[in-house]
Amino acid sequence: MSPSIPLQEMIRAIRSARTQCEERGVIQRECAAIRAQFRQADNGARSHNLAKLLYVHMLGYPAHFGQMECVRMIASPRYSEKRVGYLGAMMLLDEKQDASLLITNSIKNDLSHSNQYVQSLALCTLACMGSAEMCRDLAPEIDRLLRASNSYIKKKAALCAVHIVRKVHELGELFAPAARSLLTEKNHGVLHGAVVLITELCERNPEALERFRKTVPDLVQIMKGLVISGYSPEHDVAGISDPFLQVRILRLLRILGRHSETASDAMNDLLAQVATNTDSTKTVGNAVLYETVLTVLDIKSESGLRVLAVNILGRFLLNNDRNIRYIAMMSLQKIVGTDHNAVQRHRGTIVDCLKDHDASVKRRALELSLALVSASNIRSMMKELLLFLSSCPPELRAQTASGIFNAAERYAPSQRWHIDTILHVLTTAGGDVRDETVPNLIQLITNTSELHCYTVHKLYRALLTDISQQPLVQVACWCIGEYGDLLLKGECQETEPAQVTEDDVLDSLETVLQSHMSAPATRGFALTATMKLSTRITDNVDRIRSIVSIYGSCIDVELQQRAVEYNALFKKYDHMRAAVLERMPVIEKNSLGQTNGESAVEAIKAVQPATVKQGEPPLPLQPANQVCDLLDLLGGSEEPLQPSSVQSGTASGLPINNSSTAGGDLLDLLGGFEPTPAAPAPAVTVYEKDGVNLTLLCEKHSDSGLTVTLTASNSNDSDISSFTLQAAVPKSVQLHMKAPSGDFLPARGAAKVTQMVVLNNPNKVNLKMRVRISYTSQGSACQDTVQIDSFPGL
Amino acid sequence: MRFLLLFSRQGKMRLQKWFMPLTEREKKKVMRDMMMLVLARPPRSSNFLQWRDLKIVYKRYASLYFCAALEEHDNELLALEVLHRYVELLDKYFGNVCELDIIFNFEKAYFILDEFLMGGEVLETSKIAVGVSMEEADTLQEQTMEEYMSKPAY
Repeated sequence: MSPSIPLQEMIRAIRSARTQCEERGVIQRECAAIRAQFRQADNGARSHNLAKLLYVHMLGYPAHFGQMECVRMIASPRYSEKRVGYLGAMMLLDEKQDASLLITNSIKNDLSHSNQYVQSLALCTLACMGSAEMCRDLAPEIDRLLRASNSYIKKKAALCAVHIVRKVHELGELFAPAARSLLTEKNHGVLHGAVVLITELCERNPEALERFRKTVPDLVQIMKGLVISGYSPEHDVAGISDPFLQVRILRLLRILGRHSETASDAMNDLLAQVATNTDSTKTVGNAVLYETVLTVLDIKSESGLRVLAVNILGRFLLNNDRNIRYIAMMSLQKIVGTDHNAVQRHRGTIVDCLKDHDASVKRRALELSLALVSASNIRSMMKELLLFLSSCPPELRAQTASGIFNAAERYAPSQRWHIDTILHVLTTAGGDVRDETVPNLIQLITNTSELHCYTVHKLYRALLTDISQQPLVQVACWCIGEYGDLLLKGECQETEPAQVTEDDVLDSLETVLQSHMSAPATRGFALTATMKLSTRITDNVDRIRSIVSIYGSCIDVELQQRAVEYNALFKKYDHMRAAVLERMPVIEKNSLGQTNGESAVEAIKAVQPATVKQGEPPLPLQPANQVCDLLDLLGGSEEPLQPSSVQSGTASGLPINNSSTAGGDLLDLLGGFEPTPAAPAPAVTVYEKDGVNLTLLCEKHSDSGLTVTLTASNSNDSDISSFTLQAAVPKSVQLHMKAPSGDFLPARGAAKVTQMVVLNNPNKVNLKMRVRISYTSQGSACQDTVQIDSFPGL
Repeated sequence: MRFLLLFSRQGKMRLQKWFMPLTEREKKKVMRDMMMLVLARPPRSSNFLQWRDLKIVYKRYASLYFCAALEEHDNELLALEVLHRYVELLDKYFGNVCELDIIFNFEKAYFILDEFLMGGEVLETSKIAVGVSMEEADTLQEQTMEEYMSKPAY
């Protein structure tokens, strides 16, 4: 058994080891010696051995065999051993280890030790690694110490209580009274601990927050004392008296004043005082100012104070110290939503920070700049952002690119600007953009038909310069394929036309096809574009043919398939080639998602007419709108009920509903038949307003069918014209509105208008009908809705 | 504060204080990440970083990096002051402290830290008070160790 060496010698030995291997050797020897020593009975060098072990542990070597030794040392009566034992416990034991429970008893005993330094060891260890059970066990002890001990122990007990509350939230209640009373102490350490404890209690428990609001005046008093007081050597840091305590008080005030007008008022003056009087030449002063600003912006402060706070942040932005600028931008980021205009005033400085060399500052400046983009500053901001993109660190590229895209989408002053911007981003940072950029850009381009010529010219030029940025190349190929004829025409309004020949264009596409830089998807784009050009150019079709046939034996399966299909298009289906390769229609965004909107309507109109579904019953309104609610038919778009667009309305829910193009009579819900005379029977008035009177008459004509006659009259002094009725019924009921007798209601009931509605209720549901009345009276249009729940005669 | 680390430019850990429970593996990972992040920073950059959901504040004093991890609501500028205060306390105790002092007397560095911070919060705001407590605690320790033969060269 080798003799153990004193701690410092061991450290020297380890440090002088020249290789990792040598070091390991030394350490292994020492650990063996230490283990042996641990096994021995009490000897004088126990604390040294544990200290050696802790050093070894800090270097990263395993030291778990020291855990039990820690437990033993803590239980020792000697302070020197306790000290190292507790240190070992804090370093080697944590709440996840079983051995940690073994020290609970020792801690308990030491908490009541006569010597405050022993007590302090126990408190410190409990606050460092105390598990929830230990905390529960020892909480009453801590509470006792909070009330009755000297300041040295009180301050430690306070922070220990903080740890306990973090581990076991319910115990917060236990410490609340003691915390309150600690605020009257003079000792700064105790005060600080008390403020931290109260902060913790208030953050966790809203009731506690309410109760502690009453302490606001006391806190303001303490703070005032610190700010105004004279020089105190003990607590002074660069002219600020106890900045640590000041900052904690400010933070507590923030929490207490957050949702309370009264509390905020009480601290208003103090905050103004601190904001104006604190010296901001050193970091410590700025730390206090920073916390003040955060508090002012978070509580219900008066506007003058808020302006003061934002101005402080503005001053921070101009500070030479990078840290201060960073802090300022972080705070501005938090308020850019609520105090947008105030932050906008500092936009210039923020944009300048984009050019800062520090990566953290750049990141903050980027986020803030993106938040400040608005319709009025979009052009200048975009210039700066694009400049930033070309020189920004790679980790910020993706964020910048997507931020630019979002901003461009929201505030683009013109289509051409939008396209230019996106192209610029693609050329500068094409590799970092999101995947959906390519389809988005393509859609944008198709939508701006007047700029097709311009776009294809620009993209062609970009393609000539650089084919490494895949998204750009993909979009360029697509455009050339689509609008290649515009490129070849040799005239363009927006930009200088390119004098290219068909060969040039085909050359550029072939370069993309053959380049090793092109991704498989990009080559697919290029091949398809080449194929499309076969209908848009005149002379070099043979060349295209040969390109396409070469790729028929390409190794890439996708390309091969495309080539083979295009080949077939040349050979067998040449008559269809023009139709297949014609210009793409405008792509609607999310056209797959919508079910009842105009876009679906257009899509259907573009579909080839197909066979009519035979024997289609009069389509009930139900499948027409997939939402199929009584309300939607009259509350939503009017189309479904107007005779003219009845086809689109009913077709919107069923994209493959081909009967839309077949005769409208199957679906003519509002017109077509001769009006039948009103059937006699008691009529019920269902609507009476503004002189318009509507009565209803029901007549059952079969088991589930009935005819409802609505009669309208006008008792006003003026005529009513364009009188129309629309009706909607529950899902399973079928409704068929016949043509009204007219739409003119002369004044004073001179004549009436009748409307017959045939209903079929096969499921015998509770019959309800909602009727919308629209008319024009004295030059103004009127509309009203009435719901009919009972049908007499049913 | 979640943790406080001291490490040298060569990546040797000189002090590690954890205020949150982590396994040994997790601790090692965190230390590696911290060293990588902080040591890679160019000389005149700002002292703040974002790492996962924590704010990292670091400051270099001679050959040692002091690195602290803060939660969302902590004041970074004040954290710089906390680090500075700790260095001042070490300086006062060791008399012109250098890295070697901290290496050979690491337990003392821990004891001083435990008089200054507890549970991640500042415990004592007075410079003088910390010094006084350390002196008294050291005296107590000396007294209880008198019976041992080999007096260590603390």
